[in-house]
Amino acid sequence: MKGKAWTFGNNIDTDLIIPARYLNTSDPAELALHAMEDADPKWVSKKAEGDFIVAGENFGCGSSREHAPIALKAAGVSAVIAKSFARIFYRNAINIGLPIFESAEAVDSIKAGNEIEVDLANGEIKNLTSGQSHRAQPFPAFMQELIKAGGLIPFLKQKKHKK
Amino acid sequence: MITSPNVPQQTIAEKILSTHAGKLARAGDIVIANLDYLIGQDGTSGVAIDSFRKLGVKKVFDPNKIAIIIDHSSPSPNKGVSDIHQKIREFQKEQGFKLYDIGCGVCHQITPEQGHAVPGDLIIGADSHTCTYGAINVFSTGIGSTDLAAGWASGKLWFKVPETLKVIYNGKLPKGVFSKDLILKLIGDITADGATYLTLEIYGDAISAMPVDARFTISNMAIECGAKAGLMEADKKALDWVKQHAKRTPKPVSADKEAKYAKTVEIDITKLEPQIAKPHTVDNVASVSQIGDIPVAQGLIGTCTNGRLEDFQISAKILKGKKVKEGCRLIIAPASKTILLDMIKDGTYQTLLEAGAIAVTPGCGPCVGTHNGVPSDGENVISTANRNFKGRMGNPNSFIYLGSPATVAASMIEGKIADARKYC
Repeated sequence: MKGKAWTFGNNIDTDLIIPARYLNTSDPAELALHAMEDADPKWVSKKAEGDFIVAGENFGCGSSREHAPIALKAAGVSAVIAKSFARIFYRNAINIGLPIFESAEAVDSIKAGNEIEVDLANGEIKNLTSGQSHRAQPFPAFMQELIKAGGLIPFLKQKKHKK
Repeated sequence: MITSPNVPQQTIAEKILSTHAGKLARAGDIVIANLDYLIGQDGTSGVAIDSFRKLGVKKVFDPNKIAIIIDHSSPSPNKGVSDIHQKIREFQKEQGFKLYDIGCGVCHQITPEQGHAVPGDLIIGADSHTCTYGAINVFSTGIGSTDLAAGWASGKLWFKVPETLKVIYNGKLPKGVFSKDLILKLIGDITADGATYLTLEIYGDAISAMPVDARFTISNMAIECGAKAGLMEADKKALDWVKQHAKRTPKPVSADKEAKYAKTVEIDITKLEPQIAKPHTVDNVASVSQIGDIPVAQGLIGTCTNGRLEDFQISAKILKGKKVKEGCRLIIAPASKTILLDMIKDGTYQTLLEAGAIAVTPGCGPCVGTHNGVPSDGENVISTANRNFKGRMGNPNSFIYLGSPATVAASMIEGKIADARKYC
């Protein structure tokens, strides 16, 4: 996956990612229209399919709303790269198949607008603009299986199918 | 003390997850555990129903262990939300679990109040403040809609067993200082991600001395420092409270003497002042004497943090015979219909209305910004809720300050953020 980096600060909460006033629908395409609206009202019109969100500590803190990773995925975000993730957002992103990567080093070196390429399988984050390369924190084995399946629902269906 | 190497020394979280996984669980392990109860609310259950359908499972594992509470937008403010409410009602008819429809109250009041949570339980909820029942010794935690759907289908969920941060409050609560101030102080000290991936165990003489209602306020906000749960021991007070509300037998769990903790934080509260969280993060905390002159246009007393009978009684004591300052609006949102009826019975409701408060339906009220009091541009709000994120109350151009019910009541008299100690 390849795209441009959009940088945000620490503690980007779920109300900034998708405000509750838009939770009157669970349609991903509609949610995507308001992604990141209270952090940057114009982001939706500026970003392109495949772009990355690069943020500081505690990305996705706050509410348990799964609409947050759903909105980002539907908005065409390839992956979120952050120094750390809030626990519920971390689970939700994996469950719905939005790739996330933890790397403080990558976040510190990536500048807004840099071209990024990420290898989903091995967590290698390449900054094509600066030429630097970083490795994200590996996921525990169980979570790797979930990610490989594409999320919790396909994972459970595969397991049921195997039985 | 000599501990036998054969006896594992565990935290409360490790013990509850061990019992429910049917094997010894240590911090860092990933376990699949049986769930005692599962809740959803109207903001998250629509997506959970979609996920459940995708799983292709016909029936939920046990309708007696499931509830959905319509509280976030209750009654519905628009057609989109009405459609979601209808989808929930139809799903409930099909599956036969418990539905608490509009006006019953906030999920985190309803769950313990209606007896769905007892000490030693493992409970999940598709709402981040599910950690509230930690106050009655329940390992309860917020998860997303897809996790809820998986739980509905199987009665189980995977957990990474968390390490624990031990919090000890030393000293007695000063006059005019309440449980809300204790938890705001902790969050200010350790910051919004100070306990990410960790569980809190909360102790102290002040905790033992306070009623269970006040303890819920502290556990409710464990998530605001990133914690997975906010656990307290079940003392006699907690067990008596549970007995009044639940039929199931409690299985209280205490930590072992030599349980391993990631860290211990001790806070001396003997000189603690009322605490205020300033916009736009909950860890942006200041003591009231440092806050300066902050005019407020709207006050909110209610929510799953501070919408219980005691919260309104404290507020009514301050506001009795006084008036909300002209130009200010005070909204009260009882956390459940039971609380509302108790407030009517003991006169609290009348006192607050006579002082100028406006009451809204029991539920989340304006806390989550879908209805019932969206502030306008540039306005400051003083609220008893648990979050002051930008846009939280429906307008990203307003500013939310958080404090105790006493702080909100005092601020409504003065029309600016005020020191509750003057009125207590």
